[in-house]
Amino acid sequence: MTEIFGIPTQALAGQLLIGLINGAFYAMLSLGLAVIFGLLNIINFTHGAQYMMGAFAAWLLLSKLGIGYWWSLLIAPVALGAFGVLIERTMLSRLYKLDHLYGLLLTFGLALVLQGLFQNEYGSSGQPYRLPQEFAGAFDLGFMMLPRYRAWVVVASLIVCLTTWYVIERTKLGSYLRAATENPTVVQAFGVNVPRMITLTYGFGVGLAALAGVMAAPIYQVSPQMGANLIIVVFAVVVIGGMGSIGGAILTGFGLGVIEGLTKVFYPEASNTVIFVIMVIVLLIRPAGLFGKER
Amino acid sequence: MNSLKRSIVSLAIGAALAAGAAQAQISDGVIKIGVLNDMSGTYADLAGPGSVVAARMAVEDFRAAAKGMKVEILSGDHQNKPDVGSNIARQWYDVDKVDVIVDVPTSSVVLAVNEVTRQKGKALLVSTGATSDLSGKACNASSVHWTYDTWMLANGTGSAIVKTGGDSWFFLTADYAFGHALERDTEAVVLKNGGKVVGKVRHPFPSSDFSSFLLQAQASKAKVIGLANAGADTINAIKQGAEFGIVKGGQQFAGLLVFLTDVHALGLNTAQGLLLTESFYWDLNDQTRAFARRFGALHKGAMPTMAHAGVYASVLHYLKAVEASKTDDGVKVVAKMKELPTDDPLFGKGVVRQDGRKIHQVYLFEVKKPSESKGAWDYYKVRATIPAEQAFRPMADGGCPLVK
Repeated sequence: MTEIFGIPTQALAGQLLIGLINGAFYAMLSLGLAVIFGLLNIINFTHGAQYMMGAFAAWLLLSKLGIGYWWSLLIAPVALGAFGVLIERTMLSRLYKLDHLYGLLLTFGLALVLQGLFQNEYGSSGQPYRLPQEFAGAFDLGFMMLPRYRAWVVVASLIVCLTTWYVIERTKLGSYLRAATENPTVVQAFGVNVPRMITLTYGFGVGLAALAGVMAAPIYQVSPQMGANLIIVVFAVVVIGGMGSIGGAILTGFGLGVIEGLTKVFYPEASNTVIFVIMVIVLLIRPAGLFGKER
Repeated sequence: MNSLKRSIVSLAIGAALAAGAAQAQISDGVIKIGVLNDMSGTYADLAGPGSVVAARMAVEDFRAAAKGMKVEILSGDHQNKPDVGSNIARQWYDVDKVDVIVDVPTSSVVLAVNEVTRQKGKALLVSTGATSDLSGKACNASSVHWTYDTWMLANGTGSAIVKTGGDSWFFLTADYAFGHALERDTEAVVLKNGGKVVGKVRHPFPSSDFSSFLLQAQASKAKVIGLANAGADTINAIKQGAEFGIVKGGQQFAGLLVFLTDVHALGLNTAQGLLLTESFYWDLNDQTRAFARRFGALHKGAMPTMAHAGVYASVLHYLKAVEASKTDDGVKVVAKMKELPTDDPLFGKGVVRQDGRKIHQVYLFEVKKPSESKGAWDYYKVRATIPAEQAFRPMADGGCPLVK
């Protein structure tokens, strides 16, 4: 068997695929963050908590109401999106004229409060979410077992990411959104309701986090900590990709998932830090991130 | 974000402690018990607030008030960080006049707190902290290690599995003091019983995604995947292992440290058949059941883990020793604890050895199938009982300086 640095190539291929799957989560989450930052200029620290709430929503729907996975994929993002709209209207909208720091502190505080509430109610070990029956089992790819559900995650994440990218970068609605961030006054003069557009954008970003949460529920334990563990990495992904760059967030999400996966093979102890090492290097060489524009 | 969170939490703890300090000046005739553990992270369910409940129950059952003893309980969140833990310990001992710290999960933290306690001449009753070094090279006259340790776990679960044919192992180890100690002690047991270790991987603590490590374990073709981790890490590893068809593929998980709350969180569908070693289970006899019912009423209906039981029993024995020695001087009370035989409703009769190791019988449990369980929290059946003398590392092998 051929080997690369002492690791059989087949095993390596498996690890690359695993990295891609984890990257799918990074991509979906950093996409939401990038959309919110790009259009609202808010650094949404509540994103991890909203992802966690998405997973909890799926769990609650299943265990309390008997509503399954597919409906959860729709209901949870819509419900959480509405929750996001509420937050934007009542709190965030007061902060746009102030420094970034205020938005950061508010969303961070909210994240801690939400996480604390769920911790108090559901404990720290989390709740199990049953894998949907359709996805039981795994494909035997020869070089690895690929659980059906993980394959679905990659496909679904790609569809979500590409659709979002297309809507924002290639459609008329997207062009309004982008124009509104450049110069809200002029766009408003053309008769576009800019505040409403911004509110809906935040709701959409939160919905994306919730969607990622529902998709994560069958893989990870549904626990109050699940977002806090992930959000820091996702922030690093957004920073590396370039704040506010939609395409950058998607590409770096997948890319860093793969790099992290490889680190888990060659030097697992460093797998939690490798992304931050890359972040430091990227910031030194390209302060605006790989795909970001200097503002 | 983490550091900001840390500073906010420590501010909150600081404020709580400042309030405690004001009270301490009123009276010096108070026995202050500090419950120090992970209140909000990975280990919060298996110890956490439940340990405070258990400590309160011990004070109540000791009838401290009726005996004219004033006992206060403080609690703190060490967030699984040795620096945070030892800072709280120093503050408690120096400013708040805390006499004894109990529980302390997370081996890296408990080793740090152990050192602070030794320097200050106070007392430390370890229930959830696991490393067998506490009664080995890190042992001292201030500490008692109550509930279990890594040697006991390795000896219980490890040897049971090797003897039933699981003779090649791959370790998935949490990369800190606890994981390393558990891996070391289990590897020794595996090799002693004629097994072999074909590989190991050390994962960052805490981790949520184990797929990459599981794939490596799968590729190793080892018969047994030893999980030298705990809490949410173990839960996620087992859950994702099911997804990758680890057990279907003929491999077996050895959960080297599994608590009742972990099984509860996994659900019996995923956890069934798992072998594990614990020194306490709520459904052992009438006394443990009575304790569990009271505990559940105070703790949202959850049943106590062995960590909670250890907090209860160690605080009870500590108070007996304080009463007998008429002092709350840490070293003197711990010496008294070693002198008096132990007797409590949860662990029965036992002793605290010279090296600080409390010994009692331990159990090898098997997690029930869903069909065997009568409902929530009915999870274990006893596979074997290991007598106290065999359950823990012989005193001579630990290298504790107190043992001559």
